[in-house]
Amino acid sequence: MHEVDMTRALLLAMHNWKQGHTPHEPQVGTVHLQVGSFTCVEPDQLVFTWRAATLNTWLEGSELAIEPVPLMARCLGCSATYSPQAEQGYRSPCCDHPMEEIVSGRELRIRSVDYHLSDSLSPSPR
Amino acid sequence: MHMPLEDTLGLNLLAANQHQAAHNREHFDAWRLLCVNVMSSPGAGKTSLLERSLALLADVFTMAVLEGDMTTQLDAQRLEAVGVPVVPITTGRACHLDAAMVSGGLRLLRQRLDPADLDLLWVENVGNLVCPAEFEVGEHRKVALLSVTEGEDKPLKYPVMFREADCVLITKIDLLPYLPVQVERIEAHIHQVNPRCRVLRVSATTGEGLEAWHQWLSEQVASQRSNPAGPTSDRHGPPAALLSAVH
Repeated sequence: MHEVDMTRALLLAMHNWKQGHTPHEPQVGTVHLQVGSFTCVEPDQLVFTWRAATLNTWLEGSELAIEPVPLMARCLGCSATYSPQAEQGYRSPCCDHPMEEIVSGRELRIRSVDYHLSDSLSPSPR
Repeated sequence: MHMPLEDTLGLNLLAANQHQAAHNREHFDAWRLLCVNVMSSPGAGKTSLLERSLALLADVFTMAVLEGDMTTQLDAQRLEAVGVPVVPITTGRACHLDAAMVSGGLRLLRQRLDPADLDLLWVENVGNLVCPAEFEVGEHRKVALLSVTEGEDKPLKYPVMFREADCVLITKIDLLPYLPVQVERIEAHIHQVNPRCRVLRVSATTGEGLEAWHQWLSEQVASQRSNPAGPTSDRHGPPAALLSAVH
């Protein structure tokens, strides 16, 4: 259910980004996101919601490309980086330490936007 | 049509919510109150705990509650009965509170009282172990509840919530004699995903453990009062910068 809110946040960010291109009319091809695996966001649901939410808007037809970012942590015992697994209780396999320092996996980031700028200065359909 | 272009944004998806949350927190700091966001799955005992804590702390702190509920105001009515000002925030479809909803709740609260008179502002979030973990509301502390009836593996199944919490309350411990649950295993699982948080065992029914919980709260209120914005920057900057990917 929260993917809807995430999509709304994404639409808002895209709207603000578009304002920065006034008076040009950016035509978005792909929006690139990074989504960490240690977040509450399901990439497939986000893509589905994106398609539904952009219908009949200036973003209709644009793609959402999601780069998954795996959860990685650093063991405070030996400084090794490891991939915490729920089945192992997120502990480090090297020193059996709890998950202290997260290196990656919490990302919810709009990385970049691929687009064209049209010459049209007509007002944008909302 | 021109050449294909690419803009690098590097923008947090939740930037707008975080911006509003920071704005809420500035207000809280100016009022020198501590805001605590209480989260759990439905039925873990948030409202029961608050009923007990509000009654027991009424002589110690001046408090108010922003009460999130999807459709009803039942919980708000329960807490109003204790005699503490409660502002219900009905979220409708949304399964969590966000910073804008809390800002709206604050506007209503300010019609009834001066928040600068408060020591402690509670935000009771919508019952949900997933979404509230991602949506800051401007709180200084996050408290997660986990009832013993939910089983030992919940911290491993919903790790983000327990990772984010500053304090985890294991609730309904009066039921332990009737359950095949080892509370030590629950505690160990919480500490595996969040070695730094405080974990306390409580029962709102018998009152067991509430003294330690209220002691922890008092320490947080005192810390906020003596150094508003301090705990927040501690939380979101170093040494929590160890969680550099988080914020």
